[in-house]
Amino acid sequence: MASKWKELTKGIISENPTYVQVLGMCPTLATTTNAENAFGMGIAATIVLIMSNVVISAIRKTVPEKVRMPIFITVIATLVTIIDLLMHAYTYDLWKTLGLFIPLITVNCIIMGRAEAYASKNGIFDSFLDGLGMGIGFTLGLVLLGSIRELLGNGTIFGIEVWGNAFNMFAMILPPGAFLTLGLLSAFFASISIRKSDKAKKMASQQQAQKAGEQR
Amino acid sequence: MKLFLILLSAMLVNNYVFVRFLGICPALGVSKKTSTAVGMGIAVIFVLVISSALSWLLDLLLIALNLEFLRTIVFILVIATFVQFVEAFLKKTNRSLYEAMGIYLPLITTNCIILGIAILNSTAKYTFMESIFNALGAGMGFLIALIILSGIRERFELYDVPRPFQNLPIALITASILSLAFTGFQGMIK
Repeated sequence: MASKWKELTKGIISENPTYVQVLGMCPTLATTTNAENAFGMGIAATIVLIMSNVVISAIRKTVPEKVRMPIFITVIATLVTIIDLLMHAYTYDLWKTLGLFIPLITVNCIIMGRAEAYASKNGIFDSFLDGLGMGIGFTLGLVLLGSIRELLGNGTIFGIEVWGNAFNMFAMILPPGAFLTLGLLSAFFASISIRKSDKAKKMASQQQAQKAGEQR
Repeated sequence: MKLFLILLSAMLVNNYVFVRFLGICPALGVSKKTSTAVGMGIAVIFVLVISSALSWLLDLLLIALNLEFLRTIVFILVIATFVQFVEAFLKKTNRSLYEAMGIYLPLITTNCIILGIAILNSTAKYTFMESIFNALGAGMGFLIALIILSGIRERFELYDVPRPFQNLPIALITASILSLAFTGFQGMIK
């Protein structure tokens, strides 16, 4: 059970697709003008990711090794078309704002990456958990970015007023703001992991020194 | 005149990398050295122009058959097949060009600028020539973006960048400033 839990949580923190693996940058930057769009994009990608992981894991033994790439792409493109049509029917406003980036989920490296690296080698349930975890990680990454940009650019988060018009930087909603926020956030996450690994190194060298002292 | 406007708009005013966020992954991935950036950019221009011509023709067929909803699937398969074909063709006929471009070709299939332009041409209902010029402009804009970004990133090798900012974060912040510069072109074309 513990290993299943790990399959699910690894995508959220230790292998987060946005900040650790740096995959799927285009939708990450383009659709995070506010928290709501970011959330919508994250959910759409998550659904495609889970379904593609499950389908690819189910057919992994019948697919010949040499033509697996075209087959995976066809599976993913079919699923994306389904999501595209569903969103057109039920969430028209979101479909309109996300626009081009819904069909472009097809070429999102996260989905192809997980199909190739995980779903084509593991069982259906594990692949489902992996897709769910990675999807949640991706959605959280997008919502974090979208919330910061919406807060600084518009003074709201998810449309709820925080400080209103008191302090607005319009540039945060424009393209430069996307690059800047993502750059600063990834530097922040990098500094955390650097600090962690430094600490681990220090502990290891201290332990070694202790051992050496005991041997003497 | 309209063709020229489309070209200029795709290349500078609405630069696909810095303003419309298409093709960010390869732009960040291969922009560490100017020589690889140029190779990638030229490969992208080539694939972009030909694949958008092909997908324009296929789009006619899809519209005639009332199958527009299959656009995504058809376009991505055409692009993937075309890229594989070019790779095999270059390998057999032109060895030196293959060695220069070969490593970038498989990466291009998942470059969202290719599929993005094919879909944009189709939704904007561009004519054949307009599609070609849009693709050409987008490719040239991609090349320009890559050359500028890689030129700056090459300099960063010499400077003492703080450890958390090394590699990707500093590249993103550079891209942010460049994107700010590119918004200066906004309003040139209405």
